[in-house]
Amino acid sequence: MGVADEKAVVKSAPNLVVLKPRKGWLGIDLKELWQYRELIYFLTWRDIKVRYKQAVLGIAWAILQPVLTTAITSLVFGLLLKVQSDGLPYPVFVLSALLPWHLFQLSLQKSSISLVGNANLITKIYFPRIIIPISSVLAVMVDFLISLVLLFIAMAIYGITLKWTVLWVIPLTLLAVFAALAVGLWLSALNVQYRDVQQMVPFLLQIWMYATPIVYPITTIPEGTLRYLYSLNPMVGVVQGFRWALFGGSPPDMTLLVSTVAVLLLLVGGLFYFKRMEKTFADVV
Amino acid sequence: MANDSYSVIVKNIGKRYKIGAAQERQDTLRDVLVAGARKIGSAFKRGKLAKATDDHIWALRDVSFEVKQGSAIGIVGRNGAGKSTLLKVLSRVTEPTEGYGELRGRVGSLLEVGTGFHPELTGRENIFLNGAILGMTRKEINARFDEIVDFSEVEKFIDTPVKRYSSGMYLRLAFAVAAHLEPEILVVDEVLAVGDADFQRKCLGKMGDVAESGRTVLFVSHNMSAILRLTEETIVLDKGRVIKRAPSAEAVDFYLNRGMSKLGERYWEDDEVPANAVPFRPLAIRVVDKDGVVSDSMRSVDPITIEIDYELEQDITGLRVGFYLNSTRGEAIFTSFDTDSETLFKQYNMRAKGVYTSRCVIPANTLNEGRFVLGVNASSYRVRRYFQDDQALSFSVDASGAPGTHWPEPRPGGVRLPLAWDIQEKG
Repeated sequence: MGVADEKAVVKSAPNLVVLKPRKGWLGIDLKELWQYRELIYFLTWRDIKVRYKQAVLGIAWAILQPVLTTAITSLVFGLLLKVQSDGLPYPVFVLSALLPWHLFQLSLQKSSISLVGNANLITKIYFPRIIIPISSVLAVMVDFLISLVLLFIAMAIYGITLKWTVLWVIPLTLLAVFAALAVGLWLSALNVQYRDVQQMVPFLLQIWMYATPIVYPITTIPEGTLRYLYSLNPMVGVVQGFRWALFGGSPPDMTLLVSTVAVLLLLVGGLFYFKRMEKTFADVV
Repeated sequence: MANDSYSVIVKNIGKRYKIGAAQERQDTLRDVLVAGARKIGSAFKRGKLAKATDDHIWALRDVSFEVKQGSAIGIVGRNGAGKSTLLKVLSRVTEPTEGYGELRGRVGSLLEVGTGFHPELTGRENIFLNGAILGMTRKEINARFDEIVDFSEVEKFIDTPVKRYSSGMYLRLAFAVAAHLEPEILVVDEVLAVGDADFQRKCLGKMGDVAESGRTVLFVSHNMSAILRLTEETIVLDKGRVIKRAPSAEAVDFYLNRGMSKLGERYWEDDEVPANAVPFRPLAIRVVDKDGVVSDSMRSVDPITIEIDYELEQDITGLRVGFYLNSTRGEAIFTSFDTDSETLFKQYNMRAKGVYTSRCVIPANTLNEGRFVLGVNASSYRVRRYFQDDQALSFSVDASGAPGTHWPEPRPGGVRLPLAWDIQEKG
């Protein structure tokens, strides 16, 4: 059969798609991701819509969940165990950490099972696979933004005034999201092949939560080497940063830097790993 | 010759699957560890490192072809011939293991209608979601929204969650979205196997429009009449390789007569039975003449017996096993199932684990001369289709001695019944 000479054909025609086995470690194709931005939007929109369908309270759950967790934690740790709280009212102390933590936790949970949960799409249609974990994380963001309002209300009730540092909440939130996405990329790709991952995630998150200064203040951890090691947990920097941005006190200095570097390393590794595994998703999922 | 006139060029494409990954999936870490340990163990036993055993299969190998822009190409082949893998490679769902290919233009794939439909979302919401998944922009969907709803005939329920739709409505909506996708290259797999006859006609019409509007269509189907109607050329795949490419009429003839045993009997090999057929396992199908001889050529004036052997690996409720009798052009002649009669239907409501033969007799003087194709179907109505092979076996019928054969002319139609005529002279 007279197949056209392939060299002659390799020209950058407008929407030429090349099929060939890809080798090695390729970076993320941001241009392609941009072309698929509407799909990211629709998948995010779907996740949000579906989450609260047929729930009487609907989106109110985004507020109720942190309220209930705060109430329980305040009761156990604040009232019964009398854990320190940097001189803040315990509920506000906990809530300020629970919000970024919930964002991280839910994002990680959703993104780690996202590929397997969307297996029907992956085996039928082409699109950059990374869209799936990304949109599952974005869907959680919406809940977070709603619950943030709750935090400001709680602060007003306790008579805590906002400082200009509150703007730091934005980059800190991004840091939490990237941390979740970084780990989520690793776990979602692993979960395609090994379903053990989705069984492990709840335990991982439980340990992770106690390794983050949510119910206790960071001052519990001795300063020095141990504190730096502790800060390798990206959520330490995020939570510490949140408290500082909202309530003032000592800025998170090195803690935050260590956490940010940890996130970046995880994210770059996750991107590469994901890209490498991506081509076999449709075959093994 | 400008290469731009091709919209698909595929060169030596191959796709290899790990058998371990496809069949005894190693889903958990434990499995991998156990398998790994076993390998090391056996290597030690033999006193050397176990050499890499060939646990791979090539679902596609050395596939090369090109498709001119604006033409419609059919792809046929038995179950397991690599058709679906080829479409998956072309639609970029999976990467080829080797080879090279190019597609010019946006590729729309209909590997299954309704991909990405979410049961909780309404029809309206699903149109947008599904459209985006299939590659339409929001603008395009908005522009075609009314047309899509119109085509689907579900406008009354457009704001109802699709989980409340009947299966027919669901499919109509799903196809409507897909049909309004306007890619330069459309890759279609078996979408016409769904819906009622009317809707199928509508779908075929739509596909014809797509082909006529200058876009390229790659169409996989078991429905030979659809292939003949919609495509100019057809590629025949067998065991992952292209064995024929010809104008559709010729290729379909070649396909129907090739490989299908000329002996009047067909056994299914393991690789021809999809894994999801379990617990139903087809074994063989044969045509038997009045003397009990299995043969490829039957006589119209004698009864023809059709036997289907199969094994049930566990009890199945509501199972029916039967065949479609078609002409080689794909026109249906009739369909029959082993539990069509009320008595057998009740008696075999639950069919126990075991090996069975379902047998039926086509009475003498039923079929016209010509070549016929038997398709096999094993299903539980509205529950599950266990197995289907639309081209299980073909056989010829010789009409000598049948009514009207004293005129040596071909008679159109699949049946040749000895009808009781009566001639009255009126005055």
